[in-house]
Amino acid sequence: MILDVEELTMRFGGLTAVHAVSFQAWGGEITALIGPNGAGKTTVFNCITGFYRPSGGKLTLFGRNGEVALQKLAGHRIARAGVARTFQNIRLFPGMTVLENLLVAQHNRLMAATGWGIGAVLGLSRYPAAEAEALERAKHWLNATQLLDRADDPAGALPYGAQRRLEIARAMCTEPVLLCLDEPAAGLNPRESDELSALLLQIRAQGTSILLIEHDMGVVMKISDHVVVLDHGRKIADGTPAEVRADAKVISAYLGEGDEDEAA
Amino acid sequence: MTPVAAVRDAGLAALVAFGLFAPLVGLRTDVVEGGLALRGRWDDVAWLVLLAFVGRLALLLLAGRRLPRLTLPAPLARAGQYAAPFFLGLALLLPWLPFIERYELDLGILVLTYVMLGWGLNIVVGLAGLLDLGYVAFYAVGAYSYALLSLTYGLSFWVCLPLAGILAAFAGVLLGFPVLRLRGDYLAIVTLAFGEIIRVVLTNWTELTGGPNGLSGIPRPGLFGLSFTSEEGGFADFFGLDYDPVHRVIFLYYLILGLALLTNWVTLRLRRQPLGRAWEALREDEIACRALGINVTVTKLTAFAIGAMFAGFAGSFFATRQAFVSPESFTFIESAIILAIVVLGGMGSQLGVAVAALLLIGGTELFRDLAEWRMLIFGAAMVVIMVVRPRGLVGTRTPSIALGEKRAIGGTYVSEGH
Amino acid sequence: MAYALQQLINGVSLGMIYGLIAVGYTMVYGIIGMINFAHGDVFMVGAFVSLITALLLGLGGGAAGPGALLLVLLAGMSVTALYGWTVERVAYRPLRGSFRLAPLISAIGMSILLQNYVQVAQGARVKPTGTLVPGGVTLMETDGFAVQFSYVQMLIIVVTLAVLAGFTVLVTRTPMGRAMRACEQDRKMAALLGINTDRIISLTFVIGAALAAVAGCMYLLRYGVIDFYIGFLAGVKAFTAAVLGGIGSLPGAVLGGLLIGLIETFWSAYFSAQYKDVAAFSILILTLVLMPSGLLGRQEVEKV
Repeated sequence: MILDVEELTMRFGGLTAVHAVSFQAWGGEITALIGPNGAGKTTVFNCITGFYRPSGGKLTLFGRNGEVALQKLAGHRIARAGVARTFQNIRLFPGMTVLENLLVAQHNRLMAATGWGIGAVLGLSRYPAAEAEALERAKHWLNATQLLDRADDPAGALPYGAQRRLEIARAMCTEPVLLCLDEPAAGLNPRESDELSALLLQIRAQGTSILLIEHDMGVVMKISDHVVVLDHGRKIADGTPAEVRADAKVISAYLGEGDEDEAA
Repeated sequence: MTPVAAVRDAGLAALVAFGLFAPLVGLRTDVVEGGLALRGRWDDVAWLVLLAFVGRLALLLLAGRRLPRLTLPAPLARAGQYAAPFFLGLALLLPWLPFIERYELDLGILVLTYVMLGWGLNIVVGLAGLLDLGYVAFYAVGAYSYALLSLTYGLSFWVCLPLAGILAAFAGVLLGFPVLRLRGDYLAIVTLAFGEIIRVVLTNWTELTGGPNGLSGIPRPGLFGLSFTSEEGGFADFFGLDYDPVHRVIFLYYLILGLALLTNWVTLRLRRQPLGRAWEALREDEIACRALGINVTVTKLTAFAIGAMFAGFAGSFFATRQAFVSPESFTFIESAIILAIVVLGGMGSQLGVAVAALLLIGGTELFRDLAEWRMLIFGAAMVVIMVVRPRGLVGTRTPSIALGEKRAIGGTYVSEGH
Repeated sequence: MAYALQQLINGVSLGMIYGLIAVGYTMVYGIIGMINFAHGDVFMVGAFVSLITALLLGLGGGAAGPGALLLVLLAGMSVTALYGWTVERVAYRPLRGSFRLAPLISAIGMSILLQNYVQVAQGARVKPTGTLVPGGVTLMETDGFAVQFSYVQMLIIVVTLAVLAGFTVLVTRTPMGRAMRACEQDRKMAALLGINTDRIISLTFVIGAALAAVAGCMYLLRYGVIDFYIGFLAGVKAFTAAVLGGIGSLPGAVLGGLLIGLIETFWSAYFSAQYKDVAAFSILILTLVLMPSGLLGRQEVEKV
């Protein structure tokens, strides 16, 4: 197990967006979180990645250094514990180059190598070696996301699909144990979607577990090992893609939204 | 636009100008025996109205309806890469150039002080994207720290300089802590309030700061224990030169040049390091920074602290150069001038900041004979430069690292902070 | 008790002036999201125009009749409105939609420009007018302390309330007001629906400047002395008022103004007059840090 969500509840004022949701994500698997619009998927994500403090429940990450209670950690510490994420509306550093984006992602490791800034100014320390290593890691992910030739372009100048890939590359540069992707296939054309699927499978093969919010059922059904379905802030189904697809509650939740195609 | 329409539009502008200037320029209130009296100055109004008409007409006929955005012609932009070495060489040789007298050197010191302050604030505003309108407070902390330490404990300038920097950095953290969550204009206004609080305290805490009268008799710095006086054992005596008060001015000139270059060096160096990159990332997107595990609080505080530290250095220099400090030197307008230098220079660009300081401080010095017009022209220049070049003089960003060739990044991609 | 009552009267009449200026800040912030840094100086221009009109009408030193005062007010409002319009047209409109810091710097430049323009045009010396509205009523007298409610203070309160009432009707009951509120909610959408947003923004500046002119006129009557520098402090305090009340909220601006006026008056009366500005600034910092949406402002939720 990589992530254990127990009775997660999130209230905004009087509105309960997520109601006692429990599920597990397993190590080395791709877990998909699906559900109609407004089901509370992104809220669950924001709780896991520390952007919201849950009103109740427990979030346990089984990371490299043992168990971590995510609900107690500050946002940046969650990332350090090994959870990386992307955003529904892409959040890059648009005025920095693609390469710089990937180096910022390795901030903590590099910062430690500089002796927290002081050594770096004086030109001492292990920094050059650490930087070379960071560049290698950046190049690896640039290669994997087919962005190597755009490395010196500003991130804001990339086309949409490339920005999506860059965001994933940037998240991977933090070397996470769990990668949380919020609608990575949104706005991609079919070919780009296929490439994305391949990239995610490659990431899984390298040992990083993935938690995925996605509306594109083609992608979800093809690559997920495990699907969790939310509706109106509650979990209504949990199982393999085939099981979920056959679940009556899931079908009615989607049909209720009038979105037959997506459930198919 | 047809000439007829242009004339009509210009006529309208003239009418507006009449409405604006008739009461405030046309009728001057004079303080006379037993109250106030009005004095008509209608010829001035007529000139202003005519100016508005002609100016508007010329603008419409030459440039069309919208004001042009000024772009640098390509050869000039390419010459830009030689600008930095040129200015550096000029700055280093300035005291030895033939036409440089005491006055020019003093002006050079003034400009360099603002260059240094601009570079210091550039860390906070240009790199980290934190809009700070109270920067002068740290300048004041540095100046008073040096003044008080040297007057009370008799410490030398070289001991006080780092202490003043540390105290100013401490003040920076003190301010930084409560305002961490604030963004943009709110941050600007809180820092402004902080600056004013410091000034009011300096004005009223008479026992410590001397109140509005300030502190005088602040010791001058020496060079390795050599003082710049005519006495025996002084600088001139030691080197067997004839005593000349200009020696001290030249020394001060090189001192501030050194301090400014130190600021520049540290900034350039940090920009290529993780810390500097994190500052810029913070300017671009704070939420993404958090998601990448960057401690936003610490990163912001370091920007405030390091920026404030350089203001503290500059403040010590100011105190020792003037041998006198008073709250009057640390008004809001100083903060506004420094911020204007940073923004006019082009946020984040070291060269742009230096050129902007030269233009604004040196430029307004040209109008020194028109004492009260000086600030009027300064304000107008700020508006005009922003309108024609909203991104500042250097509107591009240079990447801190590249696999291939470093290409400047256009201003449209770079965010201005939050 | 009597002393406190006196401070209450003083504080409310001062707070009304801050409130009037604060409305201008809050309107502009609401509609184009910028701090109109020059607004305090527009207020100062309003005070000067009022002064000059008063002198033109021969009011220097003596008591003024209601008709003459109304004329002073109207002249101040119309000329200052023209200044507000020009400031927007010259310094802000060309920068609309560009780099966000540019309008702020331009506004600071405009503030410096206006201040020094008035200094050059009218001289740096303070301008004393003497009392234009003398007298008042004594409300109560205890232990030799008389609580005075001067006619000036009454006038300030009555005029401010009347102006604000008119302004509220304008914003809530007229098509123009509806267009302004629409622009405040979503400028792009309003433009798509056929509202001339440029015109509405101009109008916002005109109205804000006119209200600032009323404040300037009241300031002149209350203190009887002005100079070219009064705009800065009054501006910062009025902005504090706008923030305290919740920026973007019109009733909040007035409420914030009253609170700042009261705090400042009571602070000077009971603690120290020297540090009264520190009190106002500290409140600004505390409000923004602890309660960034102010008393009546909308809560902003951070969207991820």
